[in-house]
Amino acid sequence: MYHNSTNNQQHTESQSEGRFSRPSIPSRINHERRARKVFFFITLTPIILLVGIIIALVIRTWPILEKYPLKELLLGTVWKPQKGLFGFFPFISGTLWVTLVGIIIAVPPCIFTAIYLSEYARQITRTIAKPLLDLLAAIPSVVYGVWGLVAIVPLIGNHISPFLGKYLGFIPLFSSENPTGYSILAGGIVLAVMIAPFIISIIFEVLSTVPKGVREANLALGATRWQTVHAVVLPKVIPGIGAGIVLGATRALGETMAVLMVAGNVVQVPVSIFDAAYPLPALIANNYGEMMSIPLYDAALMGAALLLLIVILLFNIISNLILKGILKRSWG
Amino acid sequence: MNSHIQVKNLNVFYGKSQALKNINLEIPRNQITVIMGPSGCGKTTLLKSFNRFIELDEMTRISGQVKVDEQDIYARDIDVTEVRKTIGLLSQRPYPLPMSIYENVAHGLRMHRMKKGKNEFDQAVQHYLQVAGLWDEVKDRLHEPATSLSIGQQQRLCLARGLAIEPEIILGDEPTSALDPISSQHIEKILMSLKKDYTIVVVTHILRQAKRLADYVIFMYLGEVVEAGTAQQIFEDPQMERTKGYLSGQF
Repeated sequence: MYHNSTNNQQHTESQSEGRFSRPSIPSRINHERRARKVFFFITLTPIILLVGIIIALVIRTWPILEKYPLKELLLGTVWKPQKGLFGFFPFISGTLWVTLVGIIIAVPPCIFTAIYLSEYARQITRTIAKPLLDLLAAIPSVVYGVWGLVAIVPLIGNHISPFLGKYLGFIPLFSSENPTGYSILAGGIVLAVMIAPFIISIIFEVLSTVPKGVREANLALGATRWQTVHAVVLPKVIPGIGAGIVLGATRALGETMAVLMVAGNVVQVPVSIFDAAYPLPALIANNYGEMMSIPLYDAALMGAALLLLIVILLFNIISNLILKGILKRSWG
Repeated sequence: MNSHIQVKNLNVFYGKSQALKNINLEIPRNQITVIMGPSGCGKTTLLKSFNRFIELDEMTRISGQVKVDEQDIYARDIDVTEVRKTIGLLSQRPYPLPMSIYENVAHGLRMHRMKKGKNEFDQAVQHYLQVAGLWDEVKDRLHEPATSLSIGQQQRLCLARGLAIEPEIILGDEPTSALDPISSQHIEKILMSLKKDYTIVVVTHILRQAKRLADYVIFMYLGEVVEAGTAQQIFEDPQMERTKGYLSGQF
């Protein structure tokens, strides 16, 4: 009823003003301009937010940067906020350890999966496998965390760690003094599973930039599929695979929840994959909002966030640029 | 006729549509056979059934036989890589491999372990680049990427690359369609000079090219072989109405 009446009203109004007066035109154009501006600023918001976050983080981190030299903060190994000791190195190394282990576990199977899907699999396999892999990426990280707690941590604590400790324990990397299973390895395994779908799908994209004709040229010479992948496809896409891995690494660096649940969160500089680690995101998530009366504690946590943000942004930008170049590249 | 390839009751299906209908053919040895016909008539499909490229598309189904020297290339115990080594393919547009000019020619030799030592490779590369009429143009830049060549040169490189692994049959799938007139002429000349040593099968939809190249002609229409015979027979005295129509430019 309401709609009807307004419509009628508008109708009669425009009719009464005559066909050639076109009163609606200027207002339509103004409308258009306003809409354009509004959409533009809404689109701009994320960029403004990012810049704002960086500025805010720098301002909040400033007090601690003023008091301690950067080198001391980044390389200091003692974290005792009550005593004014803010060494980030345990957290930085924890982050790097967990990420590195995750990448090392994830990358080889991801490359093989992507090659299989792109070069060998039948269309039907591809249509089933790709969405399933994408689905893996949609699982909430807390679920992966729970999986890590229930399956991976006990497996490591009861089996892997004692076994490798017994036979390879003389290598520091595999020495196990932590019987719990909450460890870098646990974090790495969980991370590997989480980032695998991304890495697979990026490598798959990169592989599909190689034209069919180049593959066929090699097959026509009597090459096998593997000879074709090995000699013709892979050499062309190695930078892209690298970029895909780095992009996977940025996800791993920032992943908080799942890692926090399984990595043990002990402030130490780990030496073995069975040691507990305390990655930067876990530090921020666990401590922000608590004990904030301690001087500079707030600034220190902000600094951790800033550091994480900068590293991830850099990695992301670089790998995206490489990938863009590859995906756009024309084939001579 | 001394035939090199024999096709018996060949049927090819793409999904539900039939691309080739009961093809029976013989392709003469050491001659140039031209397969011609309007686009979509199955020429390329027929050509690709000779080196089993047809299998690359998983939607295709094949029945019948393609025999090369009395040996069915679709038989169970046949190694497809051996088939493709024996039957080279020059595709519509050149696809150089992502490596140097030299490596493009050496690649197949290396893959099939046909040569040993730098000397043998150097000789073979030079020889086949000469056969393809490319040597003089590239001898000072052998280690530059193959993509730095012009498209006409690339196609000759692809020919040299194919010849290097010593095939017996050369298939050409409209091998000049991406090239300028001069490069096309070049390729045609080389093909003519090669027929004494190789059996050559070329697909083309260019009638004049067919007339220039052909010793033996296969005319196809809608997935069927309408007429096949020597160039003289087909061009001067075609028997079928469709062939006459095509030759006079009706479709």
